[in-house]
Amino acid sequence: MVVKTLTGNYAVAYAVKLARVNVVSAYPITPQTTIVEKLSEMIEKGELNARMIRVESEHSALAAVYGAASAGARAFTATSSHGLLYMHEVVWWAAGSRIPLVMAVVTRAIGPPWNIHVDHQDILDQRDSGWIIAVAQENQEVLDLTLQAFKISEDPRVYLPMMVGLDGFILSHTTAPVDIPDQELVDSWLPPRRQPYIIAPESEVVMGNIAPDEDHFMMRYSMAASMEAAKKVIEEVDKEYGEIFGRSYGGLVECYKCEDAEYFVVIMGSWAGDAKKAVDTLREQNIPVGVVRIRFVRPWPREKLLEILSGAKGVLVFDRAVSMGSTGILFSEVAQTLYPLNISLKGLVAGLAGVDVGPSRIEAEILKFIKQAEEGAIYTPTEWILPEKYAGRYPSSPKEVIAK
Amino acid sequence: MLVEIRFHGRGGQGAVTAANLLANAAVREGKYAQAFPYFGAERRGAPVVAFARISDEPIQTHSRIEHPDIVVVLDPKLFELANVTEGLKKNGIVIANAKQKPDVGETFKVYCVDATSIAQSIGLVVSGWPVVNTVMLGAFAKATDLVKLESIIEAVREQFPGKIGDLNANAIMKAAESVREC
Repeated sequence: MVVKTLTGNYAVAYAVKLARVNVVSAYPITPQTTIVEKLSEMIEKGELNARMIRVESEHSALAAVYGAASAGARAFTATSSHGLLYMHEVVWWAAGSRIPLVMAVVTRAIGPPWNIHVDHQDILDQRDSGWIIAVAQENQEVLDLTLQAFKISEDPRVYLPMMVGLDGFILSHTTAPVDIPDQELVDSWLPPRRQPYIIAPESEVVMGNIAPDEDHFMMRYSMAASMEAAKKVIEEVDKEYGEIFGRSYGGLVECYKCEDAEYFVVIMGSWAGDAKKAVDTLREQNIPVGVVRIRFVRPWPREKLLEILSGAKGVLVFDRAVSMGSTGILFSEVAQTLYPLNISLKGLVAGLAGVDVGPSRIEAEILKFIKQAEEGAIYTPTEWILPEKYAGRYPSSPKEVIAK
Repeated sequence: MLVEIRFHGRGGQGAVTAANLLANAAVREGKYAQAFPYFGAERRGAPVVAFARISDEPIQTHSRIEHPDIVVVLDPKLFELANVTEGLKKNGIVIANAKQKPDVGETFKVYCVDATSIAQSIGLVVSGWPVVNTVMLGAFAKATDLVKLESIIEAVREQFPGKIGDLNANAIMKAAESVREC
């Protein structure tokens, strides 16, 4: 065990090295680039015995690791924003082929207009593809999740690829203390590569053929069942990781000051830290509020959320991504989970394109929400926290813009 | 106790590296720390900023630093080019690469060190640019007592081993000796 100050991106690279990955392929894109830069450095120095495949695009980067993984290699790639969108077709191929694979996604806004700052639009755009999707709050968790991703993805009960999200710049380019586990300990914990089938010159396996409609249907069914099984695997891995490496995060969701809470903030990613700080301040004033941090978007932690939230008076969801024409993406997930419970529910869209939302703003929004809910149950699917520069000039609900 | 620090430099002077090294030094002492750049389109010579947080407890927040406790200014010209004391707390500290006290008003505690001359005098110059970022960290440690000089030197040596590390360590010591309240 050694504590180093690392950027989130370097934390990814160290985890990939500890997992003894065989093949890396990637195409540079801000703010992901330093992950594969560090990995090429490790390969060049002989610290990591892996093959780096250089490609001309992200579509090819994922295709390369998908191919390598199909042939039995432990493979890794990383991307961000437009790179991830360019990969989108292969994202579905990898999941549908049930090929275990790990990808880091440095979350970043999607243009236009061109923007390199954090939001969750890119990673949540992959929500329905069949990948396990996790998002970290801190650099330490970035390393731990990336390492765990190999175990989860390669578990025979799962056999689905996994992406680990880390917030662009906020984590990717911020240095913070990271405890790097011992290689021997990782080696004894992470089993050798497992996968459902291997494509080799002598193997009698066909990939990508046209299948009967009913078989295609049943393969989707099987993916859905594996997603359900993955919930248990994720909890198991989190627990055993805690026993061996000393850090557990709560599995699918992290609950912060939830025990006696009546009101809850649901949030995901690095700004969950700011929400926790806001909750600390409110707790000093005896306001019973807690934070439910979504760690895994897929599989969606339905049962766990019901367990935590079914007695709540109100749930306030912060979204860093929006489904145009509907609501924040986490809000719609939370709303369908809590139906038909009679709980005050509000969704806030904020922090798009890296617009800063600090603890004091979150605190104010919680207080406002509690006041509204105490006056009578509310259901507000979507309000926007506008950037300071525009606040007051536009209504907080896009609906009211039409009314005007 | 949480201390928030902002570094002002010009693209290429190593403000981001200084913030990272400071965080590294603090972590060596068992403290918690964070360092991050201002995520813009930086280019050589243009005014840039970087940030650091140091705390005795784990740092949860990831939002921007609006009201720093300390600002470190790597280039004397920046007192004219940028508003280096913007948002600085009322009793905040300014650590300046300057021969004499810069005009920042009377409410702040100001420390001066001629980092440019120190770097030049010992040949710490890269592509014609005196390397002042590590030098300023020596002044920072001495002026604030937030981190030990030895921790700064260890952090610098980790990133720049060998002869370059020696040169930097030398410069850091010189800066610590010569920094004065001004």
